[in-house]
This record gives sequence, structure tokens and C-alpha cells, in this order.
Amino acid sequence: MLNVALVIAFVFMTLAQLLNLYRLFKGPSLPDRILALDTMYINALALFVLLGIYFDTATYFEAALIIAVMGFISTVATSKYLMRGDIVE
Amino acid sequence: MTLALIPLLPLLGALIPSLFRSRNLNALSAGAIAGISMLLLLLQAPAVFNGEMPLASWSWIPAIGLNFAFRVSGFGFMFAFLILGIGLLIVLYARFYISADDPMGRFYSYLLLFMGSMLGIVLSENIMLLMMFWELTSISSFLLIGFWSYRTDAREGARQALVITGGGGLAMIAGFLLLGHIVGSFELTTILAAKEIIHAHHLYPITLILILLGAFTKSAQFPFQFWLPHAMAAPTPVSAYLHSATMVKAGVFLLALLFPVLSGSSLWFYIVTPVGLITFMFAAYMAMFKDDLKGLLAYSTVSHLGLITLLLGLGSPLAAFTAVFHILNHATFKAGLFMLAGIIDHETGTRDMKRLSGLWKYMPITGTLTMIGSASMAGVPLFNGFLSKEMFLAETLEPNLFGAFSWIVPLGATLAAIFAVAYSIRMVHDVFFKEPFTNLPKKPHEPPHGMRLPAEILMTLCVLVGLFPMTLAAPMVNMAAGSILGAATPDYHIAIWHGLNMALAMSVIALAGGAVFYLQRLRLFDSHRWCMRYCDGKATFEALIRGLVQGGRTLTGLMENGSLQRYIALLVGAVFVLGASPFFGSSVPFIGPLAMSSVDPVTLIMGLVLIVCTVATVVNHRNRILSIIMLGSVGLIVSLSFIRFSAPDLALTQISVEVVTIILLMMALHLLPRTTPVESSSVRRGRDIGLSVLAGGGAAALMLAVLSRPYDTIAGYFLENSKPGGGGTNVVNVILVDFRGFDTLGEITVLVIAGLVIYAMLHNFELTAPGIDALGRPWVQDRFPMILAQITRPLMPLALLFAAYIFLRGHNEPGGGFIAGLIVASVLILQYISSGIVWTRPRLTVDNHIIMAWGLVIAVLTGVGSWVIGYPFLTTSFTYLTWPLVGKFEVASAIAFDLGVFLAVVGSVMLILVKLGSMNSKDAEIVSASVQKAKEKKEGAH
Repeated sequence: MLNVALVIAFVFMTLAQLLNLYRLFKGPSLPDRILALDTMYINALALFVLLGIYFDTATYFEAALIIAVMGFISTVATSKYLMRGDIVE
Repeated sequence: MTLALIPLLPLLGALIPSLFRSRNLNALSAGAIAGISMLLLLLQAPAVFNGEMPLASWSWIPAIGLNFAFRVSGFGFMFAFLILGIGLLIVLYARFYISADDPMGRFYSYLLLFMGSMLGIVLSENIMLLMMFWELTSISSFLLIGFWSYRTDAREGARQALVITGGGGLAMIAGFLLLGHIVGSFELTTILAAKEIIHAHHLYPITLILILLGAFTKSAQFPFQFWLPHAMAAPTPVSAYLHSATMVKAGVFLLALLFPVLSGSSLWFYIVTPVGLITFMFAAYMAMFKDDLKGLLAYSTVSHLGLITLLLGLGSPLAAFTAVFHILNHATFKAGLFMLAGIIDHETGTRDMKRLSGLWKYMPITGTLTMIGSASMAGVPLFNGFLSKEMFLAETLEPNLFGAFSWIVPLGATLAAIFAVAYSIRMVHDVFFKEPFTNLPKKPHEPPHGMRLPAEILMTLCVLVGLFPMTLAAPMVNMAAGSILGAATPDYHIAIWHGLNMALAMSVIALAGGAVFYLQRLRLFDSHRWCMRYCDGKATFEALIRGLVQGGRTLTGLMENGSLQRYIALLVGAVFVLGASPFFGSSVPFIGPLAMSSVDPVTLIMGLVLIVCTVATVVNHRNRILSIIMLGSVGLIVSLSFIRFSAPDLALTQISVEVVTIILLMMALHLLPRTTPVESSSVRRGRDIGLSVLAGGGAAALMLAVLSRPYDTIAGYFLENSKPGGGGTNVVNVILVDFRGFDTLGEITVLVIAGLVIYAMLHNFELTAPGIDALGRPWVQDRFPMILAQITRPLMPLALLFAAYIFLRGHNEPGGGFIAGLIVASVLILQYISSGIVWTRPRLTVDNHIIMAWGLVIAVLTGVGSWVIGYPFLTTSFTYLTWPLVGKFEVASAIAFDLGVFLAVVGSVMLILVKLGSMNSKDAEIVSASVQKAKEKKEGAH
């Protein structure tokens, strides 16, 4: 049962990454692209966890955690740049 | 140990004289250090005079044959005695000579440095060690000669001395390496016993020439003699020291030291003898025409060195014996004469013999001393110089290898002796007699007694040795020569009277001829002026150096046009050619025998995404913000692939580096143009695209070739030894903090330095940022969006906890100090982004510099700690402790090292980011205001 669910999850996650890629390229505005990158980070987090379940190990958990803790900082930095130009002021 | 301390004491204590303000303490401390060294040397005397050779040896870098080994041979003892004895006199003399305007402490520091290096040369047992001291003398003499660095002639003279002796030193290194290669050891004792092996070896000629080059440049032999007179720009104590007993004698010391193994071939004879003879004659001739007292003495020194070289070139045991004796005599009278020249200069204000005259009335004692020294220099009977010169003249008459031209050596020697008498007479007569002086800068008078005392001691020795050679000099000379010659030491009786023989006749001719030459000197001066136009080595040297610099510039200009693209293209192209060439014409299949593993769809698609994003980064590179976003996705996919192939540590690092990089780039982007202009032609871009495809494809192909073959990596070793050797199960971390801990230490040092350099470069550097965005709209007025600020603040403790977790588990599970450091730094920077400098700065009171410095200190101390308990640097030790509640857990010293890494990373990353972030002029004002505010707050609290 879990294996089937895993396969389905992988398929959808990969699809989602491709859709993000589409948005990343298509844009049209910079916020669109930044959002696409941010979502790619979230999807990568999901992929890490899926891989952990697939390989039956907890080793990848921290990698997922680090995305959760830090991944959004680059989004914040880029957004701040778009808003104010100066990110540390 | 006491043996090694003789040279090491002056070296280690070199800084001590600089610590004092008082000039007396400067001199006293330097004298005390040299005095202790002298005592240590004298402790060795009984053994050395018994014919023993005390040895002290420690292994240093055995892999290259370098040992920390010292010996006191008889010859070495004599030299060390000269260096320290005359050194002590120089210390006293310089106290009076160096004026109050000059930094006396620094002078003595240089002097001790030089003294120690010189002692190192004469006492080294290992020739590699000797080489190091040899180089040290070049450097310390450079500092001494250029002591008055505000004077052009001092700087030029120092540079010239360094280039010539340093260049010769390079040749000598090569010679020593060859010698070591031939003998199979760098130990002198072994080398000195291997004469047959060395002579029979086909590398003997080149070895000999290289070593001779080193010795000749140091001892100012023709054609390298010109640096020595220009080194006279040094303060007189330096000249007296360097050019009597030490620096220039190092060359002849080396010749004499290696005399037993290198001499005896016709090559040795045909190089060393003519060089010695030419130097002896040419320099004596030049000395006659020098108006500068020190210039005269300088050329005289060169000439006497030529004499010693000539003696060594002759190759007979008695000649070597005479050479040793003359080294001793020359050091005594020449050091004294230099000091006297310095006194005359000091008390009259000039050294120009055209202005000096009739000083006898004012300085009778100095005059008497000068007469003794000059008489010795000229070889007048009853003075020590006579003894060795007489023996030298007798040696030149011995049958030698010049065959029908064997008369040339005695003739040349007599001629040079005539010149020597002439310049010696000139030095006394021109300065102290003739008509009364007319225009001297100062009214001359006798110097303070302390200044004259060293010269008095030396001149007394000249007379005493001249009168009682067998009692005073013979034991030392016999012992010194004995240690060089071994069984071949001649049983020689030094005496003033050898009966009526040819040598005596030559001496008489020299004395009489010298007097005649002096009387006829005005005529000689005319002919000399013609010669001078062609004989000035300095002009040639300067022209040569100018030519070299010019040539170097032209060559550099041809190869480096300043285009970074071109350098990279050449580099990448060369790498590609080198990497690809082995595959052409090789019959081995490119792809190895291992079968390809199957690819799952997720990996395949992610791989494609990676490729697409990479290409998009390159295509969009002119639109900078867009290419950064693309690059972000590349980094993300790379970290995914790390996870896919089971490398969680790499994934953690990749993600955290990715985040920090984007912050950094965003900061820089604000102050940079938004687009990259098109700069290169389309042909050039085509070339670059082609090259990068080739190089990238090549790297991928190589990977494929390697991965498709069965191979053993070093990974197995690390996997096996990680737990038993390093006490951790996370192999990556154990490698970082233990197996390759030294590399990591180097890396964090570089990181800290980079942080400091970036900080220093950006200090007071302000840029004005644009007031509108890329689309020409004004910036949003909301500086710190409330939601962002309110979410990031509670996030911080969570993130810090996470960092602590990552840090602590690092040794056994994925994580570690580096990743934890990046997490902390980026979370702290997040506060700057979301709440601003004014809010954050007063709340983060610890200085980033200090965090960074502590990191480095802790890392180094951890390493030193294992040293202290007797393990190699940075060895991890670990133990298991049981604590209530927590249970059994491991304590490894590696965690302290990792803490160092963590702090260094946090400090330097924060330092760089905060500095870069507050670089635009508006921010700079805010920062200074917030610093002010924090200060006031602090003061208010007190």
C-alpha cells in the first residue's frame, strides 16, 4: 500500500517541479519567478522526505528541516530586493 | 643543547635590545646575549683543543635529510670565536658610534640576528641547515647595510648586496643539493669523508661550479667584487663587522670547509687560483685610488679575500694552513682599521682623504693605532699581517699547475703586495701627516675612550701576535687547520725570521715598491681615471637590473594583456588538451567494463530540470537578477541529487551555502548595474562557448570513464577508521575535524582572513544606490513589513536551537560546525533584513571580529592541546562520560575544534554580510547613528 502511495507521490511531486519550472521560465514578472523558486524549495523538501521513506532511513530528515528553516530566507532576500533594493537597511 | 644555543641565543634574543628605551640598556642587553654565547662557546674549548668535535643533533625533517645538527670543529671554533669576539667589540663601539637620532635598539637587533646567522653557518653540521643560515646572513646583512634607509646609497648598496649574495646563494643551494645527492647525506661529517666518491662522480664539475658561485659572490670575488664597496654606505660598525670577520668571510669559510673534498682537481685549481689572483691584484690596485677611507678599506678587504681564495686555490696543505692564519690576522687588523676609519669620520665629519690631513697633532693615539693596523695590512715585519703574508708569498713560489706560466702567480702576488703597501702608506700619511688641514666640518679631537677601546684591543693583538706568534696564534691556527686537513696538517713553525729566502726578497720588494708607488701616486691617478670609466661594476649592475626589469615588463606585457577571458580561455584550453591527449591513440576503450545502473524516472526528470536551469542561467546571464534566480534552482536540484545519492552532509551544506550566496548576491546587486553589457565580439563568444562545452563535456566524459571502471578509493580506509580512530560515525565530519583537521584549520584561517580583508577593503567605502527599481518605479515605502518582522523574530530561537542540534550531532550524524555556523549567520542576517540595522545592531552586541577571532583561537588551542599531551597536532581524543538524566555520552576534543569552525564561520559570514549590506551611503549614516545610540545606552546603564 505504502509503495503505491510512494509512487503516486513521486509522480505528483515531479510533475509539480516541472510546473514550477514552467513558471520559472514563463514568468512573466519577477515575483512569479521568485514564487516559482520558493515553491521548488517546498517541493524539494517533500522530495527529501519521500526519499527518506523510500530508502527507509531518517538520515534525510535534517536536510528537509534545513529547507524548512532556511529555504525561505533567500525568498525573503529576493523579495526585499524587489521592494526596496536595499535588503539590509 | 648548550651547543645549539650558541647560534640560537643571538637569533632568539634578537628582539630583546629593541625592548629598551635607554641606549645603554640597548647595548648592554646585546652585549650580554653575545657574551653568554661566547661563554657557551668557550665551554666547548677544552674538548675542541683536545682534537674532539662536539656534535649535537636533532631530527627535523628526516624525509629530506634535514637535521637540526651542530658541530664545533676546530675551524668552526676559530670562526665562532672571531664572530663573537669581534662582535662584542662592535657592540661596544656601536654604542658610541650610532647617534641618538638613530634607533639604536633596532641596530642591535639586526646585529644579533646577523651574528646568530653567522654562527649558524660556521657551526652547522647539516649543509641544508647551513644553507638556511647562509640565506639568513644575506637578509640580515641587507637590513644592516640599509640601516640608514633614508639614504639612497644605503638602499642601493643593500639591494645590490642582497641580489648578488642572494643570487649566489641560489646557485649554492643547487650545489648543495647535488652534493647531497652524490654523497647520499647532507651531514658534513659524511660528506667530508667522501672525497673519492665526489671526485669520481660525473656531476662533480657542475657541483663545484655552483658551490664556488655561492662562495665567490659572498666573498666578493672577481667579477662579483663590486657590491662590497657599495655596501660601505652602512654605518661603520656594520662595515667593521661584516667586512672583517663575518659576512664576506663566509665565502672563504665555505671554501676552506669543503676544501678537503672539493680541492685537488685541476678544475678547482684553474677556477679558484685565477679568480683569487685577479681579485687580489685588481682590488689592491683599485684601493690605491680610493679617496674615501672606507672605500680604500673595502677594496683592501676584497683584495685580502682574493689572497685567501688564491691560497685555497693553490691546494697544498701548507697553503690552506696559511689561509686559515690569514683569515685570523685579517679579521683582527681589518676590524680595527674600519673602527679607526669610523672614529676619524665621527670626529672630523669626513672620510675623504683629499680633505683629511695633518690630524696627528689632534689625534695622536688614533694615529698610532692606525699606523699599527696599516703596517699589519701592508705586511711590515713584527706585525701579524707580515707573518701570514710572508707564508703566502712563499707558497706562491711552490711548483704549480700553470706549467711554463708558473711565474705568473708570484709576479702577480708581488705586484698586489706592492699596491697593498702603497695604499697602506696612503691611509696613514694622507690622513695624519702632510700639510695641516684646512676645511674640515668639525674640529678634530680624540674620541671617547670607550669608542677607541675596541680598536686598542685589536691593535694590541696585532702587535702581540706579530711578536709571539707561536704562543698566541699557533695553537688556534694549528687546531683550526688541523680540523680541515686532518692527517695532512703540516707541522709548521710560524716564525718571524725564516732566513734569507725568496719570500723575504718579495716582501722587501713589496715594501720598497709600495713606497715608490706612493710617492709617484699623482701620475698614477691620471692613468687611473681612464680605467675607472670601464671598471665601475655598479653602473653595469644597475644597467643589468634595469634591462632585466624592462625585459620582464615587455615579456609580461606580451603574455598578460589584462583580459581575464583570455587567461581563463588559455587555462581551460590547456587543461582540456592535457586531459584529452592521453585518450588519443590509446587502444583502451573509453568506457570501462562496469554496466550502467538503471535510471528511475524521478532522477531522470530532475536531471533534465538541472540541465535546463543551468542553460537558462547562462543564457540569461546579462539579466542579473534573473540569472541569480535560475542559479538558485540549479543549487536546489544539486542538493536533491546529493540526497538521491546518499550524501546528506553535502545536501545540508549545499542548501545553507545557497541561501547565504543569494543574500550576498542580492546585496551586491543593489549597488551594481542591473545588466551586464556586451563586451566581447561574437567570434570571441563563439570561441568561449566552444571551449566551455569542450571542457564541461570533457569533465563529464572523464567522470563516466572513471565511474564505469572498478576502482578502489580511499573511502574504505576512512569508513573503517572513522569510529576507532576519530570517535565519530559521521565519516565526513571526522575527516573534516580529525583526519584532515589541519586542512580545515587552514581553510577557516583563510575564511577569517578573507572576512578581514573584505571588511578592510569596504571600510569607509560608500556607494550611492539608485532611487528607483529596474522598471523605473520608486521603491516601496514600507521598509520593514510587519508580518515579516513578526514572523522572523520568534523563528530565531527555533533556528538557533536547530543549529545547536546540527552542531552537536555533527560528529556522529550529518551536520557539524560549518553548517550550524551558516544557519546561525543566515538567521541573524534575516533579522537585519526584516527589522533593520537600527533594531538589530543594539541587540547583537558581540563584535563579529571577536567571534571570528575566538573561533580561530579555539581551533588552534584544540590542536595545541593534543600536542601538549604528547600526540601530533590536532589528534582527536575522546572518552565516554555518564551523566545523571542524560546517560552515557561521548566527549571528543573534536567538538571543541568544531566549535572553533562554527564561530569562525558565524563571525566571518556576519562580518562580510553586515559590512556589504551597510555599504551604501544612506545605510552608513544609519549605522553610525545606531552605534552612537548603543554607546549612549551603555553609558546610561553605568
